[in-house]
Amino acid sequence: MAVENVNFAAASRKALQDPQLRANFRRAMDGLVTKRAAQFADAKEWNGVRTLAASVRTRALAKLPELLEQLEANLTRNGIQVHWASTTDEANAIVLDIMRRNGATLAVKGKSMVSEEMHLNAFLEEHDIEVVEADLGEYIVQLDREMPSHIIMPAIHKNTKQIAQLFREKIKDAKYTEDVGELTDLARRVLRRKFATAGVGMSGVNVAVAETGTLCLVENEGNGRMCTTVPPVHIAFMGIEKVVEKLEDVAPILSILPRSATAQPITTYFNMISSPRKPGEKDGPREIHVVILDNGRSSIYEDEELRNTLRCIRCGACMNHCPVYTQVGGHAYQAPYPGPIGKILIPQIEGLERRGEMPHACTMCNACVEICPVKIPIVEIMGRLRTEAVKKGGHVKGAGARASAREDAAWKGWAAMYSSPLAYRMASALMAKLGNAAPASLPLLKEWTSARVKPRFAGRTLHEMARKKGIPDA
Amino acid sequence: MSTAPATTGTGTGTIPRPDTVYYFGTCLVDLFYPDAGMAGIELLQAQGLRVVFPQGQSCCGQPAYNCGHRDESRKVARAQLDLFPEDWPIVVPSGSCAGMMKTHYPDLFKGDPDRAKAEKVAGRVWELTQFLVQVLDVKLEDKGEPVRVTWHASCHSQREMGVRDEPKALLRQLGNVELVELTRERECCGFGGTFAVRHPEISAAMVGDKMSDIEGTGASTVVSGDCGCLLNITGALEAAGKPVRGTHIAEFLKERTSGR
Amino acid sequence: MPDARNSILSRLRASRDANGIAPQAAPPSDFTPLAEKKWDPAERLDRIRRLMEAVHTEFLETTEAEWPAAVRGFLEKEGLNSLLYAPATEAGARLAAEWGEGGPELVPYDRPVEEFKERLFDGVDAGVTTTLGAIADTGSLMLWPSADEPRLMSLVPPMHLALLKADALYDSFWQVLREKRWADGLPTNALLISGPSKTADIEQTLAYGVHGPKRLVVVVVR
Repeated sequence: MAVENVNFAAASRKALQDPQLRANFRRAMDGLVTKRAAQFADAKEWNGVRTLAASVRTRALAKLPELLEQLEANLTRNGIQVHWASTTDEANAIVLDIMRRNGATLAVKGKSMVSEEMHLNAFLEEHDIEVVEADLGEYIVQLDREMPSHIIMPAIHKNTKQIAQLFREKIKDAKYTEDVGELTDLARRVLRRKFATAGVGMSGVNVAVAETGTLCLVENEGNGRMCTTVPPVHIAFMGIEKVVEKLEDVAPILSILPRSATAQPITTYFNMISSPRKPGEKDGPREIHVVILDNGRSSIYEDEELRNTLRCIRCGACMNHCPVYTQVGGHAYQAPYPGPIGKILIPQIEGLERRGEMPHACTMCNACVEICPVKIPIVEIMGRLRTEAVKKGGHVKGAGARASAREDAAWKGWAAMYSSPLAYRMASALMAKLGNAAPASLPLLKEWTSARVKPRFAGRTLHEMARKKGIPDA
Repeated sequence: MSTAPATTGTGTGTIPRPDTVYYFGTCLVDLFYPDAGMAGIELLQAQGLRVVFPQGQSCCGQPAYNCGHRDESRKVARAQLDLFPEDWPIVVPSGSCAGMMKTHYPDLFKGDPDRAKAEKVAGRVWELTQFLVQVLDVKLEDKGEPVRVTWHASCHSQREMGVRDEPKALLRQLGNVELVELTRERECCGFGGTFAVRHPEISAAMVGDKMSDIEGTGASTVVSGDCGCLLNITGALEAAGKPVRGTHIAEFLKERTSGR
Repeated sequence: MPDARNSILSRLRASRDANGIAPQAAPPSDFTPLAEKKWDPAERLDRIRRLMEAVHTEFLETTEAEWPAAVRGFLEKEGLNSLLYAPATEAGARLAAEWGEGGPELVPYDRPVEEFKERLFDGVDAGVTTTLGAIADTGSLMLWPSADEPRLMSLVPPMHLALLKADALYDSFWQVLREKRWADGLPTNALLISGPSKTADIEQTLAYGVHGPKRLVVVVVR
């Protein structure tokens, strides 16, 4: 893949100039933050379940190779076919092969972030296979040929009017309506026909249970159940990190995921799939395939600190609580995973040459760390990636790609001055007196003063005042 | 807004009241808010404490740390470690710098010969308001005119130092001060160190929301405990021609209790 | 791709071992926070009802003796013309035996879906299934569809009626997993259902029945 830098700054500028978009995100995120807090009003309960969920994920990662083998063995025993893919290209090829063997030209797909990573829809379309996104939000963004702007609420950037307009333009015989119930019915009608005729149904996997060989899916709409029950073939996508050891390990994740994601005690459906249709059963797919994708995860796994990234259960709460995401929305990140988790995951998958700026799109406010249901030290990892970006010889792909001699020299100068009491005392006294003369057009000051007045130097330092007032030095 | 408990902070708990404390003024206070720094020292002295201000101090090292330049950060941090030889608490009038020292020094010096020293420093760091409330249990007497203020909670004081109600509890002790809370009190103001200059437009949008929130309270003063936030918020208020002023909590408390 | 499998697994194993993390060293989890989720047995149904009604679930109270008549009465009151049922289950057999003349048509799900798709998708107003019970913590029904009671009965018809025995109530999903030893043998498909199908994907406005049933009616059988 050609390496091109992704320009987050330019994309976020565009987003900031769209008042409708900003209003949509501000309103939605404020609502989610408030509602989530109500779900976790009992601090003891929150701390307890959170610690438990984190320990389940940590234990799964500690045993990851064994659990993946056990999962494969149990899935196979249950009649589910397992496919491994190191890269997204391999994963796409596996899917195409399954589709062709089954003569399928239409697939319906429930939400799967891994399939977004794979750019599966575009790939299959190139091979004359139609893929219809069945989650309503995904369906909406697919109709508009966009990417999801949030991992849980893909169409959160659009308001009802925009969706009404879109449906009228893109759905045959659709009349314009801003009634959400009518719009939903419209999608229901279109998609029911697709469910009934698709040759393949696709889904993600929220949790895979090694002990029993079970694929678990959480959802509200029922499209996931449709995709995994009606078509004759089901293909499920999961990253290698999605496995847990025991069936009971599912319980804490199910307890904390929907509350963190959408502030519901539980989703409408929790769907546990352990086998294709058995003899005598009247529905369900005759074949189930699981595609287990690496795509850089085993490299993340190599580093003890970075490995924590893989604890993620994809609830999206970090996005909802991110003040930067709230301002610019998901599209600015130009990645399947936006927001805080995206800012640490995407640079590790795609490399720092292409994505080295992403960890800087963060004020390190720690709002995401505070609410992460599996205690991922997101901001620590953000800091680590900033370091890797400017320092050669690190672990992450493209380490050192963002090093700049000018920046290095500036920080070396800063360190020399601030680590020498004498140099600091002289320089700070000088800055305090003369700093205000610096023109606002200087680099950095120019950016600062785009929205603020210049910082005002006080004319004297605390060091000087303390000396004058006789504050003891030791 | 979220009332979820602190989880990244190092929690609370208290220590016996000491006779002497170290004061780490921080680089932003030194250059931009020395009066606030001095006010913090005087508040502690007013409680009968001896305050020691090591003249060799400069900066906690956070700017370089957050930019990924850990070697440079460590160099500056190391220069602070020997300034606090006695076992006295180290009081910092800034949640962000206190958070750097308390939560990041151990990591910054991982595998370094000075790790033990760094941990000893980290373990003694207190944010000023936390220290005033939890260790000194101060009682304040308001001598100022009636005024309406609002409080901006800095991210690192909340989420690294675990400071929650302490600053507001202090403000509420002041009889003539009406505290009106922000709708999104706990949301970042958009400073984020170099974030403000790396992503000036997003930072401006964030501080824009913060300003609207502040204006909505009808307060004439916004009080905060972190100079980064204050530089950002007051700089934006002034640029936008808003009459609200910003003050560091140490300076505000000093002003109110001394009747100046 | 066997190459991918081996390269992924050997890479994971190598890095795990290099960091000295023995799989045995990963501590077991303390499930106390879930074990503490308990309610007085008398409160469980109220809680389930409150949580499920909050997401538009309807409740119908009846008795073991009268539930077939209660179901029929409900459908008639709602003006529905057909009910999908599972003839080979005990409940289905009883329903058919006691249905009587006239009233809504009973439609048996007795063929593979391939021979039944049109009727299933376009020709039934409601479906009735049994449940294994319900969970107080989250307000959830447990269903284990089977050869006799297929999966799509609770999904495709616009209304789902779920029979809930009033004495089959549990505190938490975790309790059920452990006490009922689900790990010893799961069915093809096990389900928790906590309301009718819903979405908030259009400007966070709730809408029901986006893909699955628009209405979920819990028939509480005492």
